[in-house]
Amino acid sequence: MSAPLTTSVDVPIAPHPLPAKTFWGRALRHRSFVLGGVLSLLVVASAALSLVWTPWSPYEIDIASKLRPPSAAHWLGTDTFGRDIVSLLLAGARATILVGIIAVSIGLTFGVCLGLIASAKRGWTEEIIMRFSDFTFAFPAVLSAIMLAAVAGPGMLTSIIAIGIFQIPTLIRLTRGSANAIWAREYVLAARASGKGAFRITIEHVLPNILSILIVQATIQFALAILAEAALSYLGLGTQPPQPSWGRMLNDAQTMLFQSPMLAVYPGAAIAIAVLGLNLLGDGLRDLFDPRLARER
Amino acid sequence: MADPATMPLIAVENLGVRLNTSRGPAQAVRGVSFALKRGETLGLVGESGCGKSVTALSLMGLLPDSAVVTGSIKLDGRELARLPDADYCGLRGNRISMIFQEPMTALNPMHTIGHQVAEPLRRHKKYSAGQARTEAIALLDRVGLPDPAKRIDAYPHQFSGGQRQRVTIAMALACEPDLLIADEPTTALDVTIQGQILDLIADLVEERGMSMILISHDLGVIAENVQRMMVMYGGTVVESGPTDEVFRRMGHPYTQGLFRARPKLGARKGTRLTTISGTVPELADLPAGCAFSERCPLVEDKCRAALPPMVEVGPAHVVRCVRTDVSMAAKVGALSA
Amino acid sequence: MSVFVLRRVLTLLATLVGASVIIFLVLDALPGNAAQMLMGADASADAVRALTVKLGLDQPLAVRYLQWIKGLVVGDLGNSYVYGTPVGSLIAERLVLTIPLAIMSMLITVTLALSAGIYTAANHNKLGDVGVMSLTQIGIALPNFWFAILLVLLFAVRLQWLSAGGFAGWEDGIWPGVKSLLLPSISLAVVQAAILARVTRSAVLEVLREDFVRTARAKGLGKREVLWSHVLRNAMIPVMTVMGLQFANLLAGTIVIENVFYLPGLGRLIFQSIANRDLIVVRNCVMLLAAMVVIVNFVVDVLYAFIDPRIKVHDL
Repeated sequence: MSAPLTTSVDVPIAPHPLPAKTFWGRALRHRSFVLGGVLSLLVVASAALSLVWTPWSPYEIDIASKLRPPSAAHWLGTDTFGRDIVSLLLAGARATILVGIIAVSIGLTFGVCLGLIASAKRGWTEEIIMRFSDFTFAFPAVLSAIMLAAVAGPGMLTSIIAIGIFQIPTLIRLTRGSANAIWAREYVLAARASGKGAFRITIEHVLPNILSILIVQATIQFALAILAEAALSYLGLGTQPPQPSWGRMLNDAQTMLFQSPMLAVYPGAAIAIAVLGLNLLGDGLRDLFDPRLARER
Repeated sequence: MADPATMPLIAVENLGVRLNTSRGPAQAVRGVSFALKRGETLGLVGESGCGKSVTALSLMGLLPDSAVVTGSIKLDGRELARLPDADYCGLRGNRISMIFQEPMTALNPMHTIGHQVAEPLRRHKKYSAGQARTEAIALLDRVGLPDPAKRIDAYPHQFSGGQRQRVTIAMALACEPDLLIADEPTTALDVTIQGQILDLIADLVEERGMSMILISHDLGVIAENVQRMMVMYGGTVVESGPTDEVFRRMGHPYTQGLFRARPKLGARKGTRLTTISGTVPELADLPAGCAFSERCPLVEDKCRAALPPMVEVGPAHVVRCVRTDVSMAAKVGALSA
Repeated sequence: MSVFVLRRVLTLLATLVGASVIIFLVLDALPGNAAQMLMGADASADAVRALTVKLGLDQPLAVRYLQWIKGLVVGDLGNSYVYGTPVGSLIAERLVLTIPLAIMSMLITVTLALSAGIYTAANHNKLGDVGVMSLTQIGIALPNFWFAILLVLLFAVRLQWLSAGGFAGWEDGIWPGVKSLLLPSISLAVVQAAILARVTRSAVLEVLREDFVRTARAKGLGKREVLWSHVLRNAMIPVMTVMGLQFANLLAGTIVIENVFYLPGLGRLIFQSIANRDLIVVRNCVMLLAAMVVIVNFVVDVLYAFIDPRIKVHDL
């Protein structure tokens, strides 16, 4: 599977609340933030556009006009089934984003909650949650997807669940690590001394202070989810035809590698652009949220 | 060439260092000059950020690559400023050594102390592993590390702060350097250990006839350990002279401020600690004139206009101030204290 | 063996048992009847019942689980539902390909990543650093199976230096086998190496800021000597952690890459078994992969003690 670990072991030392005032001013001058933002927006816009308009129908099979080279009618040509590549690419963004968003939401919900609980309760609770997190690491998305596909059949739901599970341990570790740093701060001590409970402190102090870290990580997790989704649909475990998806397009293109090699280039480039965009956006956000760290990197 | 007997071991002439900081380029050191003969000891005193450590690092050739060094640093007449790093490596740890402030982090946690003490011997004196080990044990014994033959294969985390500082001293002395630079060697240590370490350094300096530059923010440490002293502020030397002389008759308002601000034993309960008002200026935005002008009680317009010249106020005792007539009249120092 | 090592080993065993329970429950309990799935929806009830008894699926869940675990311990994984041959030998045949593939790609990953990471850190903020770091940013964004397809396009379709897929086996010596695993392992390695190179770079940069680096320089060591004799060993701790975690991705990656290159490895076996509804093979393959991930990360933890004198084996 192609999902890399980028920052799973990083535990940020000093999380910072979002500095509000000059944020956009600095953001627009930050190169990787701007480039990442543009690329990510491009992907989102493609998905949105495909909901209302595509040059051709991405579902319509027209064997007569299969494997056409690029032309005025088909900007990037057609595939083995005569479907328009541009339309498939646009509609493929949809599946990618849908799976990505739901999977990351699952990961965030479980990961952040468990991480916060581990940090607030400590002791045995923390030990159990962290063991669970280590344990989940043993199941990369492909492995979970294989098990689910073996019993429930492949499909979008299978890939969403598998990728969601795969997201959880990284987010638990990150949340716990950064929350522990907040719990050690003086103002949290003060809040505890004034009799506030663990739940209120978590909501009022811990969560707002680790929010910027979580936003950055969510962006990077989204990129990982896109890679995982592509791999799963390439393997036939994820999004199923006729629903267009980038991974599936690559699988179809591979059988035609000698006849029309370019078919294998476009969808992969689309995946790479989406992932690159989100990674750059995440890096940019990290720099903007914490300029002190940015300088040191 | 000048007669080696009279020629200074190290001669610094109009040293300037410009650093690239996060707030832009900063002139960390301006116009620092001094000369040190073999066996002489010199103290550098001042608050953090005054340029004393940067001066020391420029003698070691260990400033960041982006730093720009101007002026001249001569060791036995050989120019060191802007010397290529490969040539500098032959001097560092061999003829010039340095002891750093933080013994807890100055040693590599992954190597045994024996390995680390032996490293300069193997590099500069080309000792074999066996020779270097024997010598390292002797050195560790000399700096007072208990049971060195047994503990030579231990790792830094197995030692206390004071013991680790003894190890770094052994490391610095391994090749019998001509010049030892000690940068706040006791600041990070317990008060009870501080005296022992300073005594050890003083003994070793005397025993081996080394020259020493001792850097400290503590006037007490300077008073007891060096023959001559320089007070630095904002990258410039504001006062310099024989230690006794400077303590007897302090000339610069900043030196006087430092002296008044030291906590005194036996002060009457309720006595407020005297402080110097204001804060140390950022090196990136130093004023054009006297660096201390922002905080000086005696400031005049001409202080802000240009850097004041050095004024001789006693034998070998110079002060960078245009108002010495007023400041010296206050008779701050051991004379009045 | 001290209490601490014992505790560490117990955690390892507990994780393995936990993994086996999850795998067993998901694959054997949820779907209902494996026999029905094997024979298809229109098989007669009698035939299904007969097969159920034959495969031992009429036993209670706990009994079947314990039988499986007992088999795992003594090395008898049962017989494939479809082929009737022992699962152990089915897997062993495939590991001959998958393990060399994983080792080759790990070696390429580590070589590429360490050299790129050390080079960029030593040339911090210079042109080479910026260039290599931009490359790694792109490398991280590449899906490894797409990179594999691009490699096939270049080396098999265009240049025709290597074949587009298939495995030559080890019968004719090492080289034909290695050659057929070359493109697969490179495509697996490059993406992982991009990540590891970034980790290595930041770890080295972090250590370069430590005081003891200045101390070593003050002794007269050159920048290069300090890097090799003082910095690298300190920087290896975070690098090794990530390497251990990457191993999981690498194994998962072999499943995908074997499909790209039509390699008859463990990944292909799993897919054939899913298609054939051969759940006993799927179960053992998944268990094997999960166990490898857990064990490799355990080994990394133990290795810390050898690298870092501050961690004694009894602290683990």
